Amino acid sequence: MTALRANLRVIGALGLRAVRQTFRRPQLMAPIVVFPTLLLAIQVGGAGSAIHLHVGGVSFPHVDSFLQFMLAGAMMQSLMLAGNSGGIALAVDIEMGFTDRLFASPISRFSIVLGRLAGTAALGALSAVWFLVIGLIFGVPIEEGIAGALVTIGLVTLTAVAIGGIGAAIALRTGSSSVVQGLFPLIFVILFLSSAFFPQNLMLEPAQTIANYNPLSFIVEGLRDAIVFGFAGSEMLDALLAVIGIGCVGLLLSAAAMRHRVRTGG
Amino acid sequence: MAEAISRLRPDLEMIRALIARARNELVRVPGAAVPGVLAPTIFFLGLNGVFGNLIQLRGFSADSYSSFIIPVSMLQGAGFTGAAMGVNLARDMERGWFDRLVASPAPRWVLLAGNVASASIRSLIPATVLFCVAMAIGAHFPGIDGLAIALILVMGMAAVAACWGSMLALHYRSQSVAPLMQSGMFVAILCTTAYAPLALLQGWLKEVARINPVTQVIEGVRQGFVGGVSWADTWPAFLVLAGLLALLGALALRELRRLAE
Repeated sequence: MTALRANLRVIGALGLRAVRQTFRRPQLMAPIVVFPTLLLAIQVGGAGSAIHLHVGGVSFPHVDSFLQFMLAGAMMQSLMLAGNSGGIALAVDIEMGFTDRLFASPISRFSIVLGRLAGTAALGALSAVWFLVIGLIFGVPIEEGIAGALVTIGLVTLTAVAIGGIGAAIALRTGSSSVVQGLFPLIFVILFLSSAFFPQNLMLEPAQTIANYNPLSFIVEGLRDAIVFGFAGSEMLDALLAVIGIGCVGLLLSAAAMRHRVRTGG
Repeated sequence: MAEAISRLRPDLEMIRALIARARNELVRVPGAAVPGVLAPTIFFLGLNGVFGNLIQLRGFSADSYSSFIIPVSMLQGAGFTGAAMGVNLARDMERGWFDRLVASPAPRWVLLAGNVASASIRSLIPATVLFCVAMAIGAHFPGIDGLAIALILVMGMAAVAACWGSMLALHYRSQSVAPLMQSGMFVAILCTTAYAPLALLQGWLKEVARINPVTQVIEGVRQGFVGGVSWADTWPAFLVLAGLLALLGALALRELRRLAE
């Protein structure tokens, strides 16, 4: 019990450090908040007419506005960038030798990763709140009300942890911030090949088929379910399963990378 | 005339040397060009896959979204390339190399022109890659005249971006200003008719795109890809680029003079 409490204290301290670090460095904060907000504003203005789209018997889903539809995509983009930023920050810690000092201290090695993920979770929750507030300011109704907003924040937070696990695994394996930073374009490839920005059945091939199998599509549809459709189908369950799947992959990869780092020292 | 050219010869030699230095950087570290090519290519393919069906909306002026969006990606590539030259300048300042250039007897405008000309030439790399990708996925061939106009405008946009990047680099003297260089160009290019024709834009973006001068540049590059080339779509683009180049070039030179003082 005492060991668990000690580990939780370490996770809390490292999580708080991760959040402070992000707020102190604008280059880490900008991709999480500024860039997705900017893209959201531009895409809503640029492609907003899409809600009137009707192609070969398929119509754009009934939404209050394109902003309402896009909020889930913006949150997804933000949390993926938060996961990537967390990975970059962990890699910087490794480069600076901070992680080695943590390895040498009498704390559980996994709390080092969980501490970083706690910071990513906090940033994910923050981004969910940010985009919900933007939506409310611009008159977007949250279909499931306060419950929907809370579910959205919870799902975004869990997804941020799951994605952050993959970022942490890459940081631990490579120990190079530039390698983790190099994943930035890949994040956009994965996002574009999901239903984050447009209904999957209105996308062009082959993006449409890939989006159909992309786990991010399931998560986005879950978020959209709470904001737009009001828990109308099984999307929330699919989203949770996708988050658990990604989270397990991230944890397994992180554990393997951690073992490799401890064994080889780099 | 001949006398004027001979007076300018040392300056032109200096500009040529600065361009050669930028080229050497690229030859020695080819990977440095990858982000500038990769990012607009991902955006091009991604936007085309995601928003491709927008052309089904009434009032859309293109027969394929790839033809409509390719000019935006080519200009984005130019914007990133120009901003990257600004980052390189900031790096040179941090390392003290630029101080040696400032201490040399070369006129200030020559130091700036070397950087700007390098960006213009380098912007042809992402533009060429993007053009080939667009042709491969079925975008409309703009014709020789349309392509020539597009490439000249892309080079001009890269020069504008390099002036913007250089101005910020000279003012802040740090590479940490890089996100501002890139996001400035990103916003300038996307707050236009990038995603859809003006009539189909919504809310604030419609008003901003109407007054944003970069809209004229987008339309100038786009004309051959979505229809025929006309003088009416060409001259406003060149006029806007000349104006932006004069304005941002003057501001960058002012920062350079301040630095020297």
